[in-house]
Amino acid sequence: MSPRQKRRLAGVLVVLIGLSAASALALNAFRDNLMFFYSPTEVMEGKAPPDHLIRIGGLVADNSFREMGEDLTVRFVITDTAENVPVEYTGVLPDLFREGQGVVAHGRLGSDGLFRAERVLAKHDENYMAPEVAEALEAAGYTGHTGDGGDYDR
Amino acid sequence: MIGEIGQFALLLALLMALVQGTVPLIGAQRGIQSWVATAHTAVTGQFVFLAVSYVCLTWAFITHDFSVSYVASHSNTNLPLMYRISGVWGGHEGSLVLWGLMLAGWSLAVSRFSKGLPAVMAARTLAIMGLVSVGILSFTLFTSNPFEPLFPVPADGRDLNPLLQDPGLVLHPPMLYMGYVGLAVPFAIAMAGLIDGRLDAAWARWSRPWALTAWAFLGAGIALGSWWAYYTLGWGGWWFWDPVENASFMPFLAATALLHSLAATEKRGAFRSWTVLLAISAFSLSLLGTFLVRSGVLTSVHAFATDPDRGLYILLLLAVVVGGSFSLYAWRAPAVRSHARFDPVSREGSLLANNVLLTVALAAVLVGTLYPLFLDALGLGKISVGPPYFDAVFGPLMVPLVFLTGLGPLLRWKRMSATEISRRIWHTLVAALIVGAVLPLLLMGSTTVMTSLGIGMALWLAAASLRDLWSKLAHRRRPLAGLRKLPAAYYGMLTSHLGLAVLVFGITMVNTFESERDIRMAPGQTHEQGGYTLRFDGVRPVQGPNYDAQEALITVSRDGRQVTELRPQKRVYWVQREPMSNAAIRTRFSHDLMVALGNPMGGGTWSLRVYHNPFQAWLWFGSGLIVLGGFIAAADRRYRLLNVVAREGGTDPARESGASRPATAEGGPS
Repeated sequence: MSPRQKRRLAGVLVVLIGLSAASALALNAFRDNLMFFYSPTEVMEGKAPPDHLIRIGGLVADNSFREMGEDLTVRFVITDTAENVPVEYTGVLPDLFREGQGVVAHGRLGSDGLFRAERVLAKHDENYMAPEVAEALEAAGYTGHTGDGGDYDR
Repeated sequence: MIGEIGQFALLLALLMALVQGTVPLIGAQRGIQSWVATAHTAVTGQFVFLAVSYVCLTWAFITHDFSVSYVASHSNTNLPLMYRISGVWGGHEGSLVLWGLMLAGWSLAVSRFSKGLPAVMAARTLAIMGLVSVGILSFTLFTSNPFEPLFPVPADGRDLNPLLQDPGLVLHPPMLYMGYVGLAVPFAIAMAGLIDGRLDAAWARWSRPWALTAWAFLGAGIALGSWWAYYTLGWGGWWFWDPVENASFMPFLAATALLHSLAATEKRGAFRSWTVLLAISAFSLSLLGTFLVRSGVLTSVHAFATDPDRGLYILLLLAVVVGGSFSLYAWRAPAVRSHARFDPVSREGSLLANNVLLTVALAAVLVGTLYPLFLDALGLGKISVGPPYFDAVFGPLMVPLVFLTGLGPLLRWKRMSATEISRRIWHTLVAALIVGAVLPLLLMGSTTVMTSLGIGMALWLAAASLRDLWSKLAHRRRPLAGLRKLPAAYYGMLTSHLGLAVLVFGITMVNTFESERDIRMAPGQTHEQGGYTLRFDGVRPVQGPNYDAQEALITVSRDGRQVTELRPQKRVYWVQREPMSNAAIRTRFSHDLMVALGNPMGGGTWSLRVYHNPFQAWLWFGSGLIVLGGFIAAADRRYRLLNVVAREGGTDPARESGASRPATAEGGPS
């Protein structure tokens, strides 16, 4: 090989090593940070792995909201109208959080069946519902209004 | 009535775009001069009709013409004038009209500033932009007509989404669209170059100011969006790696790579086909962004009104643009390959490495954004990819990227001895790394490896950039007079690189040392955070122009002295009745203190969220510098004085001097 070819080869190798390092980095981070979504029915069927960061979604069940004391800890129930999952969360709830409203919670399912949420999201438009939540509700046979983006009623 | 005029004008604009997209192309192919010349007339016509259409829509908003369905869905008689004017782009249909108007505006600018260009080249560029416009305008008219009449006419409108009633709406979307749409110009120039078979230095020089301007607008749009999210939408976060944010960030990364690749293409004739590929990718990614945001596949505050037809149409448009341009690329690119040679240690080498890193970062963001959508579409489960993934990938990629940003301008074109460059930089680099390790300890009392590395790289970039400036002046007898001799493109690059240093410093500090507390406070209670004492003095009702609010009074003191009062609000808008928090922020040089009002807990007690974000303002300042640098560089005289015909195939004085001196004053802005 001529010196020029050697240099080129070295250049190609450096780029290859860099790319593989980056891909390894990305894939590793990817595997660790995927969050699967489960509906309350799936949680109750035991499909959701315990102690993994997952997302669950549904409606906040009526009359299920309780404040647990001085430190902003609350408990409520997320339902898809067929099954219920009790949820515990510590912190300030989003503006649109209320009973009967669609929410998505990120957190871990404890072996005791209590879902400990790290984040709770409620969507910003009253007529709007996260697609996952809408589908989970439909799968559970809920026939109410699941939202269409809130266009003007024509 | 106003609606019908607007719609008719929109239809005429579409016809003009059809003419603009076809006649000049055929004329250029067949060599018919008069057909080539129609491009400019058609551009002007299209712009005028779109402007009329746009003004009609705005007028309908201002005069509360609820016979237009779009106005009825997005306005209300109580809506303040500012939001009636900006409400035009507060929804899907109006956004598209703005898109179209801006595209026509860019076309008009291209038409006006193409005097030095071969007529055929200009005509083809305008024709490609015309075709893009046909896609957008037909999409608007056939699936998202903003002038759709509404009968019976309602007494009042449904009001603009309260989240959008913010000064952010006035600035963020127009800037972002200017960037998205502006990327159509380098795309069209690349297409015209491919058809023409010439992608030489003159071609690159012509493309650069357009790419720079679009890039700067896009950057401004993203930064403004981030700022808006920071102070209102998201409870104190400035970036969430939300798919919609990624949708705007991906074309920005591609455009950043494009700028740097264009620099090498212009100066050294290197990376020609790669540059074209980036121009195609950047614009395709803006269309992809539009598809993601508008199709409703994403759950987001940006996905206002969704409709499967629209998603399908944009997907089709995307397929045509991507498919068409890549086919043309595959067909023509082999003919325009560059044969410029360079060593790994050289300006080209550093620009190549920069491009590889940016592309890998782009790919990582793309995978994280699209993978969940694919899985969902294939019915394999619903997943989401959280911010930790993006942080884990993006952070480590930024370290070498920022290092190279500092190094690149110090390198010579073509070749430089590795020993020479290491001898010159090692003390700067070592000093930056040491200070980077110590500074967080001094300022905040702790540090991590990534934090020290981040600060170290920010310092390195700032020091290397300033050193480069000094080295350009030091050999002059009167260094300060030399400042005026340096070209605007160099100052643009310097400004943007310094902005990046400030931004990286800010991001590193905020990400490492931000603190967030959710607390419960009764009137009179105090809370300590970040050296401040916050006293909650209760909540009182206040009224705005179209909302009622609960406003908390929080007295903030430091070292026993009262420094300010913060008044976060919880608003309920009259029409849509949904609550919305307005945080209160105290911004200082070295930190932000932010308080958001949570929920009432009974007995005058409220939950509150308090943030202390070190060096948050540096993010906005750094972003501002980066954007400013783009505009400064685009204003370089070199781009205005170009006379393509004279340079064709000839020698380029800048190129020759660039090869012989270390780091001449012309590295493109970044």
